[in-house]
Amino acid sequence: MRDAQRDYVLRTVEERGIRLVRLWFTDVLGNLKSFAISPAEMENALNDGMSFDGSSIDGYGRVQEADVLALPDPNTFEVLPWVESKSAEARVFCDIAQLDGTPFEGDPRQVLRRNLDAARRQGFVFYVAPDIEYFYFAPGEHGGRPVPLDHGGFFDLTTTDITSSLRKETIRTLETMSIPVEYSFHEDSPSQHEIDLRHTDALTMADSVMTFRFVVKEIAAMRNVHATFMPKPLESVQGSGMHLHLSLFKGDTNAFHSEDDPYNLSDTAKSFMAGLLRHAGEIAAVTNQTVNSYKRLVPGFEAPVHVSWARNNRSGLIRVPVPKRGNEHATRIELRSPDPACNPYLAFSVILAAGLRGIEQGYELPMESDANLFEMGDAALTKLGIEQLPQSLNDALRTMESSTLVAEALGEHIFEWFLRNKRAEWRKYKTHVSQFEVDTYLRAL
Amino acid sequence: MLAVFPDSPGVELARTLDLSGYSWKGVATPELMGRLQPAEGWMGAVVCCDEDPEGGWAACRALRRLDRPVRRILVLVTGAHIGDLEIRENLFDDFLLSPFHPRELEARLRHLFYNELTAPSSSVVEHAGLRLNLETYQATFGGSPLDLTYMEYELLKYFVQNPGRVFSREVLLSEVWGYEYFGGARTVDVHVRRLRAKLGEEHAHLIETVRSVGYRFGSSKWSG
Repeated sequence: MRDAQRDYVLRTVEERGIRLVRLWFTDVLGNLKSFAISPAEMENALNDGMSFDGSSIDGYGRVQEADVLALPDPNTFEVLPWVESKSAEARVFCDIAQLDGTPFEGDPRQVLRRNLDAARRQGFVFYVAPDIEYFYFAPGEHGGRPVPLDHGGFFDLTTTDITSSLRKETIRTLETMSIPVEYSFHEDSPSQHEIDLRHTDALTMADSVMTFRFVVKEIAAMRNVHATFMPKPLESVQGSGMHLHLSLFKGDTNAFHSEDDPYNLSDTAKSFMAGLLRHAGEIAAVTNQTVNSYKRLVPGFEAPVHVSWARNNRSGLIRVPVPKRGNEHATRIELRSPDPACNPYLAFSVILAAGLRGIEQGYELPMESDANLFEMGDAALTKLGIEQLPQSLNDALRTMESSTLVAEALGEHIFEWFLRNKRAEWRKYKTHVSQFEVDTYLRAL
Repeated sequence: MLAVFPDSPGVELARTLDLSGYSWKGVATPELMGRLQPAEGWMGAVVCCDEDPEGGWAACRALRRLDRPVRRILVLVTGAHIGDLEIRENLFDDFLLSPFHPRELEARLRHLFYNELTAPSSSVVEHAGLRLNLETYQATFGGSPLDLTYMEYELLKYFVQNPGRVFSREVLLSEVWGYEYFGGARTVDVHVRRLRAKLGEEHAHLIETVRSVGYRFGSSKWSG
């Protein structure tokens, strides 16, 4: 199998006249990293991996050994559709290993693999389908305020507008790169768009999210437009989320589905949800990893604020979408907190770990809260036992710090590095004097 | 695509072929065997020598004489005519006594086409404009290259080599992925969806979803 895959890649490199093969991998913060090799080196890379100095990659640095190996995953080999055929290029995702071949603990892809293996030992395959929101802005200068390119609203038919044609071209490119798109539309806010991907296993999907962000930005940049996955770029309009539709399968059977439940949710699904709810605070720093992430999680913008669930309440953390009748494969839950600036490998890892913990320990699912929680006072919420999501990155980091669940899911290396890095980010933010403060206090005080 | 002689075979035969997922075309006379064959040639033939032995054997001869001679012919004979087989060993590859039991017909066909399903006989397979070079691993559609991942290529190859047959997800997983697949049973759906996208909207129907069973590549009469 492995040999046939290898041959397939090598023959394709030759037959399609590939000039450069880009080896892709991801740093701990979720930035796509890449280095290119010539086709002549490809065989070597597939056999033995390519070694490189990992110390310059965020979260890779270790005390003793700096060199690591990039091992191409031949199943992810793809010709890049936007490069002219004369100078054809291909990309392949890599797993990062130590020089002796053991998985490198700083590699997010290996972390996700480890968590998926844990699920597989219980017979589960984890499927994810994200709804990814993002904005298109005029290029503007560094430090300037973002300028939207259109003023369309939700589902607006803006046939002539440039952002819609950008979105169309993006989708075409995604499809040729093995990333099927389910829906796409203009979102609520000016210049905001949403593209929903069709579900795949979590590893494939994490790769797809990385490719997705790259393709969206690349195609926008070709038209001198800036695409951004910043969670809350404009203060007065809704931010960009990455809602995740989640399910576990056992073989061909959806382990989340039950005929006997009014919402078609199995006990497995309920315990998984209970796990997500109970550990929601602990995993928030990973699913929402920037200072800016917490400016999206505020009342009034369809983003979740409370740790609650409901069949159809968009203010809740988890929603249970109604699948088409008789389609038991479509029974799933939708986690609404993550944003598209997260590291998908790490986010999927901690989400899965929280859900599995719920299943292992048989957590009881709390009552559904279908009321509008935004209209309730703190006292009423406390009475219902409904907590809030962390209010800031600082809050989230404090909760994460004491979480053995997150430490186990990420592994010590990434857990420690992540906390260190993000605390530094928070400190930097804390000392910043914002425009808000100047406007409010300078003259008044 | 299987050639079936004559063009209106018995109900039992038609039913069995359709239900076991073969796509087939009835051919009225031996002379039409060449004209009606699909671009990639007949995959095999089922020839009824029970009602019209003479016409049936003529059909077998015609099939063997085509530019792409048909190498997998199943003949139906009655007990009274079983002696006819003796001097015509070169004209058929397996036979079945008529009247037959559908399960036996199914088993014989499966055996007859076993090699077709597992070992490609040539290095190029084609179907309706789709062309796969098995030596270079390159796929083209209407002459332009298709960029596929390895597993997309392997799945498409399996489909093109077995047009008209219905496969369950489990069969596709074990035949195409072996046991090393990563993404679970839904992997098949994921890859079918990707292949459809890469074939383009007009040709996405080449891979057809057979409700609550699995997938079929190329058309079948049963789906109407």
